[in-house]
Amino acid sequence: MSRLSSSPRISSGLGVAGAALLAVAVLVALAAPLIAPWPPMQIDLRARFTPPAWEAHGVLRHLLGTDNLGRDIASRIVWGARISLGVGVAASLLGAAIGGTLGLCAGYFGRGVDAAISWLIDVQLAFPFTLFALFLLAVFGGGPGPVVVVLALATWVNYARVVRAQVMALRGQDFILAARAVGVPSGRILLRYLLPAVAPAMVVVGSFSAAQAILTQAALSFLGVGVDPSSPSWGAMLDLGRSYILSAWWMATFPGVTIALVVLGANLLGDWLREWLDPLAVSRR
Amino acid sequence: MSTHLVDVSGLDVRFGATHAVRDFSLAVAQGESVGLVGESGSGKSAALLALLGLHPEARVQVSARTLRVGGTDLLSATGPQLRDLRGGVAGLIFQDPLAALNPLLTVGAQVSEVLRRHRRLPARAARQEAAALLALVGITDAQARLGHYPHEFSGGMRQRVMIATALAGQPRLLLADEPTTALDVSVQSEIVRLILRLRAERGMGLLWVTHDLALMAGIVDRVVVMYAGRVMETAPVDALYGRPRHPYTQTLLASLPRLDRPHRPRAALPAEATAPGHGAQTGCPFAPRCPRRFSACDTLPPLFTDGATQAACWLLA
Amino acid sequence: MTGAAPLAEMAGVSVRYRRAGRLSHGLIAIDLQLAANATVAVVGESGCGKSTLGRVLLHLQQPSEGAVRFRGEDLTLLKRAELRRRRRAMQMIFQDPFASLNARMTIGETLAEPLVVHGLARWRDARPRVAAMLERVGLEPGVAARYPHEFSGGQRQRIAIARAVIAEPELVVADEPLSALDMTVQGQIVSLLASLQETLSLTYLFISHDLPLVREFAGRVVVMIAGRIVEDGPPDAVFATPAHPYTKLLVSCVPVPDPAQERARQAAAGNTSTIAAAEAPDHAACPFRSRCPHAMPICATMPPFRHVAPDRQAACWLHESS
Repeated sequence: MSRLSSSPRISSGLGVAGAALLAVAVLVALAAPLIAPWPPMQIDLRARFTPPAWEAHGVLRHLLGTDNLGRDIASRIVWGARISLGVGVAASLLGAAIGGTLGLCAGYFGRGVDAAISWLIDVQLAFPFTLFALFLLAVFGGGPGPVVVVLALATWVNYARVVRAQVMALRGQDFILAARAVGVPSGRILLRYLLPAVAPAMVVVGSFSAAQAILTQAALSFLGVGVDPSSPSWGAMLDLGRSYILSAWWMATFPGVTIALVVLGANLLGDWLREWLDPLAVSRR
Repeated sequence: MSTHLVDVSGLDVRFGATHAVRDFSLAVAQGESVGLVGESGSGKSAALLALLGLHPEARVQVSARTLRVGGTDLLSATGPQLRDLRGGVAGLIFQDPLAALNPLLTVGAQVSEVLRRHRRLPARAARQEAAALLALVGITDAQARLGHYPHEFSGGMRQRVMIATALAGQPRLLLADEPTTALDVSVQSEIVRLILRLRAERGMGLLWVTHDLALMAGIVDRVVVMYAGRVMETAPVDALYGRPRHPYTQTLLASLPRLDRPHRPRAALPAEATAPGHGAQTGCPFAPRCPRRFSACDTLPPLFTDGATQAACWLLA
Repeated sequence: MTGAAPLAEMAGVSVRYRRAGRLSHGLIAIDLQLAANATVAVVGESGCGKSTLGRVLLHLQQPSEGAVRFRGEDLTLLKRAELRRRRRAMQMIFQDPFASLNARMTIGETLAEPLVVHGLARWRDARPRVAAMLERVGLEPGVAARYPHEFSGGQRQRIAIARAVIAEPELVVADEPLSALDMTVQGQIVSLLASLQETLSLTYLFISHDLPLVREFAGRVVVMIAGRIVEDGPPDAVFATPAHPYTKLLVSCVPVPDPAQERARQAAAGNTSTIAAAEAPDHAACPFRSRCPHAMPICATMPPFRHVAPDRQAACWLHESS
């Protein structure tokens, strides 16, 4: 039995690397006021389009260069971590709350409840999400709140499907039957018996969902309906940089690389967590 | 070289801190049948796995003075020798045939595979022989059943398939690990009769590992009783059931409720075995629960011989 | 079986499943009455419906038809919340105590839970009763802070028993509560169950495949095959002189720890096959017909369940001629 945990297929080194990438991103976000060399919104028209420090005409003050208004790219990425990560994590947590609740209910109660929730899941999966998001944000406006809600609407399905499937397998097991035989009310069975049993799976889904939320958020900003376009979110920076991709490649490249690294980190961590928490499920595939 | 099918002495099996089998010795003669009886944690299954070299070397330490099965020395055996041993010299029957059979292969393919590997039969002949084996273990319409998958058989029928697989390599020794524990009593007695019949017809030796002392009475010539990794008593069946010498064997027999006798209150044992697998055993491992314990029990008793019985108890000294 | 009103009763209970479009029967027309303070054992081979019977009796599973009464009240007519309140009086013990305990709850929380959900205590003040219960089942009160995986099989079953009886139920369904335990531990748990029955006036439905154990523990035994009850009576009499050929087969298969008797039994059994043929079950016929050494043409009709002695009943045509 213990053999299963001794030789994971994805080496724990990659998992640790993923965790390290995310940890750096979180630390940077938390310490933004301390480490960002410039205020993120400070415009300096004389320093417009300064290239990165290692290029010709680059200056060390603007390590990753400046944008069309002379704002420091590095500082904006550092401050942008707060928005991108904050929105990603918040959306993932809200998605977990919605998807977890619906998944628990669908799996445990079955029948009509399950049919209704499964129908919702199918509709959500069939619907072109970006279109839906654009519509919602156009109606309710941008800003962090609506964006978090819209992203939660994108991620809840991940949780709901996994939780529902796990609960359906757990529902027939003796410890649930025993709880019913004791007379434990359904609410307590859901919270004290089933939720702890599916929590590890939800953590795994959470790390993938956070990655998805960060990426989607960037996409929405890129389409111009994200968090306030003037605020330094990575997606908005990418959108802005697109117009100058030939003349000032650094404007789009550095936010893009940052997004890729953070999403990669979250996915590596997720893979590793999945293996660590449920080695059997991986070896069965 | 000894003429014994199984010749083991001084066997120790350790899983990390757990010392599952301690100084275990066992000899099974050609055509002899022996029951290895013990409760959970007694080390009986760990001992059986060691006989086939099935413990993963990385995590389990196996050591012995002698460890020979059917002439193969497991202390020095190579991979091919081990593969010849398993299925060829010794046929294995497990408790749970559904877990032991491959769900993705037809039973015909599984029995044939053993025939082709161990008896080098060509495919067509192997299939014919597989059908004959299924018929031998009492599966009707064997030719047609070759194409069925394990899940299409009932529990008892699946165990018959398992037995056919074990017989395919024409072994001289059958190793059975609780082969009837998962079965209903009426199916259990059918399987027992089948194994006994095949054993007699083919003159095979039999080592049957079980927790069911009552079942062994009608199956084997000799019983070995294990507790906390050690042999407590070994005796011919009539002696063991008629005059058990070790207090543990006496307790086990007294704790069996029986249909053939009026009620007797069960022997009450104090508490459960206190993790017998851990730490050094300086005294008799059964002493803490033993009704007849005395001062000598603080020292580990050797196996004392009394007639055909051997028991590790100072009462026999 | 007669006289005072039964504590629990099943009347005409059937359970049908629809699996892959085919109808299969879990229970067929079960009539069973449990007198208060009795121990009734249900024996039979796997798949005979004995576990289903236990679950339907506690209404953990809905019967397809028939009434399940507890103290005269039909459980099948109760609303969800009402049924949940009745559960204080009817509890269950499972075969595998590890699978039936919540691995993520401490022993203390597990034992306090029945008290709290039935309003007999609050989480805060349940502790003394939990401690007393732990001592009653032979465990240290201090173990309340530990988790199920820290215990041996026998200790876990003690915990599961403590949970079943802490709210002082009247009926306890025990589904193979001893079969996962070692022989020397079984004896301890049997005496625990017996002493709890005495002090708490419990009624047990004891589901088992182990006939010697049933004879030791139960005052009445019910034999099931293919979803039906075919024999009913005191274990001593039923096992000594079975009225149904199926009971006789079960008794003849029980090994005895006596080499001479066992060898005689092996020799007598010869090569007769007792294994059920895999054929479509005919619910109008006696379920044992295809395996029965006494099968007659009339066995194509299910025999009635009749008294063969004042305290014994059986469903077999062999008893109809007399």
